[in-house]
Amino acid sequence: MRRIGVVATAAAIGLALTACSGGGDGGGDGDGGDGGGDGGTDVEVFTWWAAGSELTGLEALEAVFAEQHPDLTFVNGAVAGGAGSAAKDLLQTRLQAGDPPDTFQAHAGAELTDYIAAGQLEDVSDLYTEFGLTDVFPQDLIDLLTVDGSIYSVPSNIHRSNVVWANPTVLESAGIDPTAVPADIDAWIADLEAVQATGVTALSVATTWTQVNLLETVLMADLGADGYVGLWNGDTDWASADVTTALEHFETLMSFTNTDRDGLDWPEATQMVIDGTAAYNVMGDWAVAAFEEQGVERGAGFVDFPVPGSEGQFGFLADSFTLPVGAPNPDGATAWLETVGSLEGQVAFNQAKGSIPARTDADPADFSEYQQSAIESYANDAIVPSLAHGAAAPIAVLNAISDATSKFTTGGSDLATYQEELAAAVG
Amino acid sequence: MTATTMPTAPGVGDLAQAPRRPKGRFSAARTARYAILLFSVLIVLIPVYVLLVTSFKGPGDATPTRAWALPQLWIADNWITAWDTLSPAIGRTLQMVIPASIISAFLGSMNGFVLSRWSFRGANVVFTLILFGMFIPYQAVMIPLNQIVLDIGLPNGVPTLILLHVIYGIPITTLIFRNYYESVPHELIEAARMDGAGMLRTYAWVVLPISIPSFVVVLIWQFTSAWNDFLFAVFFSTPNTGPVTVALNNLANGAQLQNYGVSMAGALFASLPTLLVYIILGKYFVGGLMSGSVKG
Amino acid sequence: MKTIKRWGPPVLLLTPSIILMAVFVYGLIVANFATSATDNHTSAQATGVQPTVFVGIGNYLDLLASEAFQHSLKNLLLYTVVFLVGTMVIGFVWAWLLERPMRGEGIFRSVYLFPMAVSFIASGVVWRWLLNSNEGEQALGLNRLFQMIGLDFLQNPWWNNISWGIAAIALPAIWQLSGYVMALFLAGFRGVPEELREAGRMDGASEWQVYRHVIFPQLSPVALSALIIIGHMSLKAFDLIMSISKPSNYQTKVPAVDMYVFKSSFDYANSAAVGAILLIIVAVLVIPYLIHTNRKEASGR
Repeated sequence: MRRIGVVATAAAIGLALTACSGGGDGGGDGDGGDGGGDGGTDVEVFTWWAAGSELTGLEALEAVFAEQHPDLTFVNGAVAGGAGSAAKDLLQTRLQAGDPPDTFQAHAGAELTDYIAAGQLEDVSDLYTEFGLTDVFPQDLIDLLTVDGSIYSVPSNIHRSNVVWANPTVLESAGIDPTAVPADIDAWIADLEAVQATGVTALSVATTWTQVNLLETVLMADLGADGYVGLWNGDTDWASADVTTALEHFETLMSFTNTDRDGLDWPEATQMVIDGTAAYNVMGDWAVAAFEEQGVERGAGFVDFPVPGSEGQFGFLADSFTLPVGAPNPDGATAWLETVGSLEGQVAFNQAKGSIPARTDADPADFSEYQQSAIESYANDAIVPSLAHGAAAPIAVLNAISDATSKFTTGGSDLATYQEELAAAVG
Repeated sequence: MTATTMPTAPGVGDLAQAPRRPKGRFSAARTARYAILLFSVLIVLIPVYVLLVTSFKGPGDATPTRAWALPQLWIADNWITAWDTLSPAIGRTLQMVIPASIISAFLGSMNGFVLSRWSFRGANVVFTLILFGMFIPYQAVMIPLNQIVLDIGLPNGVPTLILLHVIYGIPITTLIFRNYYESVPHELIEAARMDGAGMLRTYAWVVLPISIPSFVVVLIWQFTSAWNDFLFAVFFSTPNTGPVTVALNNLANGAQLQNYGVSMAGALFASLPTLLVYIILGKYFVGGLMSGSVKG
Repeated sequence: MKTIKRWGPPVLLLTPSIILMAVFVYGLIVANFATSATDNHTSAQATGVQPTVFVGIGNYLDLLASEAFQHSLKNLLLYTVVFLVGTMVIGFVWAWLLERPMRGEGIFRSVYLFPMAVSFIASGVVWRWLLNSNEGEQALGLNRLFQMIGLDFLQNPWWNNISWGIAAIALPAIWQLSGYVMALFLAGFRGVPEELREAGRMDGASEWQVYRHVIFPQLSPVALSALIIIGHMSLKAFDLIMSISKPSNYQTKVPAVDMYVFKSSFDYANSAAVGAILLIIVAVLVIPYLIHTNRKEASGR
């Protein structure tokens, strides 16, 4: 019964896209539409999950797909490199050439804006009803995914951006109780000062995007969920005194960080906490894999808590899958989206990758201790979009914010200029 | 100057035979000379030392903090991992570099021959216009190049990169061959013409056989520059489809957990072919550099 | 019939290259200028879904007025100067020291020259460590080495300095290309006829005076070639910055990196404009040189 519905929807989409791609972009893409008709059984899934836990996750998802849709063949279109930048560059080329994969991975939220504006994505809202996803995803998430009343992707997994990772041994030797969580940024700064006095790097950070990740968590902490979300929908004034306070906090926090930060990427900064050469690191919760891989135990070897002041907020970023306009096998892609959204798919994928399901009906007992705590926050906290990972703002805005941040943290601008540049970047 | 009279490939081999002169009388000066040269060798070899020792270190040992120390335990694991990771890319690089070098060498040879022997009106202008292509920053054509490559419909990766290396290799290969043919005695070719051979036959039967030294130079030059290219590679390929520079950059700067020992072994692997070419054919390599650039 | 015979074969041999150059160099340069003169700043425009509008030199004015791009240009200038001075001085000194026959000459030459066979990406892997900016207790890389050999005062933040950092990125480039400049100068030295030196000595000139007045002046064409070659290579700072620093780091931004970042964020117009600005800079430097060479050659025949 259900299967028939899927096929019908897919067929409708197939017709729609044949119509679209004709008028779309004039040159050289005449072959874009042909694929729709004959379908075939291959489903090319384009991701940047080519190594490590991401690859394991993809393989787990592939296994569920093979079980749910035995008539279709999964084709791995993974492109390694640069946390997805190589994949995004190639994807851009392929979409421009009218040669899209059947489905591709993209960060959910504002990062999709560019593809939507370019008319490269199909509206998949109907599939949400079809697959019953509307009830199992939190309303906050659905709101963040909705653009002008339409949804363009199905999230596969959720990560949290506003997490502090700390080394309890280093904290104790600085006279700080590792189990006590500072109430706000000011209290945390007092702890950072205590650590710095012992000669250890108080807060480790890496290159620009990790500094932007730190910035967003400070904004969450100082502005609150509504104030933070307002930064992205225009309700909060970037020139306001509250933002100034947050930027001052950011400046102070950066003063506690390692000087070689711009030459590092996140694993090296997190490694400093593991090695005890730094006390704290702010990083998305994929960092938990770095601890686990090296056999460091939660509690004894590391502690984690939301960035002080941002409790009750879940800085969300999600990977999601899309249905590109002109996909050669839209039926297959729709089937893939069904697997991605299904409970079995989400559980299998996230157990392997270390993230948490976007669905709220998964059994927490299937997951690790850290994941269980994340699942609980996800269910209860306000879900706010992460900036550093494309959930909050389109790529061009994120690039402008990154430029301004790098300029500020290397001493190229003062705080007032920084604030102006941030306002201009979003404005 | 001139681009024309410059020592080309075979000539530059003479670097090795410096004119003999009386030994220096000032031993203080000689000591100073050796001191400076040896000190320079030390400085130049610093990065090589770090690369080598780190490539033989275990995971906990291969950290920036222990960069200057010898390995606690010499192990080859990094080399094996690096080989497993990079060998497909090295294979692709060979697939790309070999045809690209050969095709652009032939094009350069044809152009060089025509431009050096058949002076038609505007030959110099044509030559200068081709030569300017050597100096253009590729950034200035990258955006439309992206579009034209899409229109041609070549697959991303090796096929596209072959095309690009051939095209943008034309200026330098033309220059090297033209300089070489300028230095070939005119009588040789004139004699062939007397025999009544047409230009194409002269080229095929007289010119090509004497061009072998220049071919060696050009092939080495093109091999090295295409092997080491990163700009075209990063714009027109991915770590799955591209040459070793892109794969290595991904290995060393990718966001997944890093293994420095593997990165360093990988850097050495990626450099081995060009280093080998350089060691085995070093004399010609230097020749290639000179004939391509010294126009003094 | 006769003209076909004279023109046919050369044209046949030259045509493929001329067409390729015309399309892929000059055609694309024109197309690039065309893109840079539009408002093609979004992905929808890049893919042709939305139309673009002609804006003339608007993008250039905006770029040149922006502090960030001025910083990139300043960085490019500083990098080029340090790179040029470093390679020319070191290359010249090495060539001069190796000019007279000596034991071990071949080994010295090979050691100095080999870095040039290595890609910037490969050498960047190790230079990223060497140029670590930590000092004092946390020092790594060269800073650590300075401590170990008692030269603590030499410690510095390397490329992690907003004003001068880019100069540190020139160090690996100098490491890589000094040997090349040495080879050029060596060829130049060897090209000076022995009779000239002898004549100088006969006139009672000291060894130094022979160099100063006889040999060095003979090297100026080599020096000019080296300057041009190395100068236009400074645009390759892109590879080094990608492997040592990161494209997003403000302190090491240069136009080539801006171009890459613009392109990745679908801003084709600005990307093309940055490329065009680089082309103009190179053209201003290289065209007079090419014309000069051409004239000399013409008159030399």
